[in-house]
Amino acid sequence: MHRDDRTGSVGVPAAAEPSRPLRIGIGGPVGSGKTALVAALCRRLRGELSLAVVTNDIYTTEDADYLRRHGVLPDERILAVRTGCCPHTAIRDDITANLDAVEELTARHDPDLALIESGGDNLTATFSYGLVDVQIFVVDVAGGDKVPRKGGPGVTRADLLVINKIDLAPLVGADLDVMRRDALAVRGARPTVLISLREQPDAGPVVDWVRSLLRSAARR
Amino acid sequence: MIEPTAGLLLLADSRFPAGGHAHSGGVEAVVDRGLLRDAGDLGVFLDGRVAGAGTVVAAVAAAGCLLAERADPVDWACWDAAVSARTPSGALREASRVQGSALLRTARRVWPAPALDALAGHGRPHHALVLGAAVAAAGGGAGSAAQLAVHHLLGGACSAAVRLLGLDPIEVAAVQAQAARRAEPTARAAITAAGWAVEHDAPRRLPSIGTPLPEILAQLHARSEVPLFAS
Repeated sequence: MHRDDRTGSVGVPAAAEPSRPLRIGIGGPVGSGKTALVAALCRRLRGELSLAVVTNDIYTTEDADYLRRHGVLPDERILAVRTGCCPHTAIRDDITANLDAVEELTARHDPDLALIESGGDNLTATFSYGLVDVQIFVVDVAGGDKVPRKGGPGVTRADLLVINKIDLAPLVGADLDVMRRDALAVRGARPTVLISLREQPDAGPVVDWVRSLLRSAARR
Repeated sequence: MIEPTAGLLLLADSRFPAGGHAHSGGVEAVVDRGLLRDAGDLGVFLDGRVAGAGTVVAAVAAAGCLLAERADPVDWACWDAAVSARTPSGALREASRVQGSALLRTARRVWPAPALDALAGHGRPHHALVLGAAVAAAGGGAGSAAQLAVHHLLGGACSAAVRLLGLDPIEVAAVQAQAARRAEPTARAAITAAGWAVEHDAPRRLPSIGTPLPEILAQLHARSEVPLFAS
């Protein structure tokens, strides 16, 4: 059967059903550092875990291409979902294309961890928990130190808030103490990480958070 | 007889999670080439799509509904292949299968039915076929299936045109309503054609109208540099 008309019934592996990977959604505004974070997590964890990545671009497959170019994962472990001008729809209101992508990667590679990166959107764009188990929301100090106070579901309810580019704080007049305090006020017990992924490309605190999730998932 | 319509309204709703939002129904490819620039052009485009693809998908959806209502086993693969045969562009076949499997995922959860399970066993069936079977599972008939197929053809194209060109959404709603009215004879003819094909168990009797330009543009779109929509 020709590949472009595959019905899906062809070439299905007879192997045992792969187990469900931990699914982490990574969302946030344009340019805040989502792809940099995905790349960092892949570089740090690929040696110890089986990984897969789904990207959701506004334009074509830019983020997936970046990840491939930088060789953070083998090509076949990255799938790009196109979102038809509506990145938040694909991760929240109609998750079917992303579910298809995660399931395809799961069937092919049986990953321990699947990272689903949203297209850059606004502060209201969050993942449906029908698609991910937990979500990280990435903002940056260049967006202004009022972002945590303004809130929005990404900032207030994400399981981890990452405030990136703290090295730029003096240059853009952002007060990190204000951001930290406001994040604490709107997020309560939910954790927040302040980081510069440029200066800390190993994303240490985020990797630690992901590892602790994997440990508790394994215990269940 | 009044059909139970609540489920059908859900199937008609663009918020129903079935993957359609990522597809422009061919609009992005014509907008990119300057062939569709305003609401007037959109009306002409919609009439063309209804006369071509609309004739086929409405009949396939109606047939899918009639087949799903049958008590005896259905050779879904044969009907699915008939849709492929009427869709020369590989890119459009893929778009149809992607949306078919998305709709099937959601429909099986919402209206569990043996016909939907049988279709799922086939893999990734074409969208119009799944739509017909979903209509049956939701309690609707072949007429509704044909109308819904046309409705989605029009609705997907219209919402993409609003997003891509910044057209006035109120004017576009009027354009869609007028195009839907003009499409009524197509839906009626599709119901008759589907009835014939199913009665004679002959998928080859389904209408087969080809429209080369949308097929070719779909191929080019799939290879283009920065598409916003998957098709």
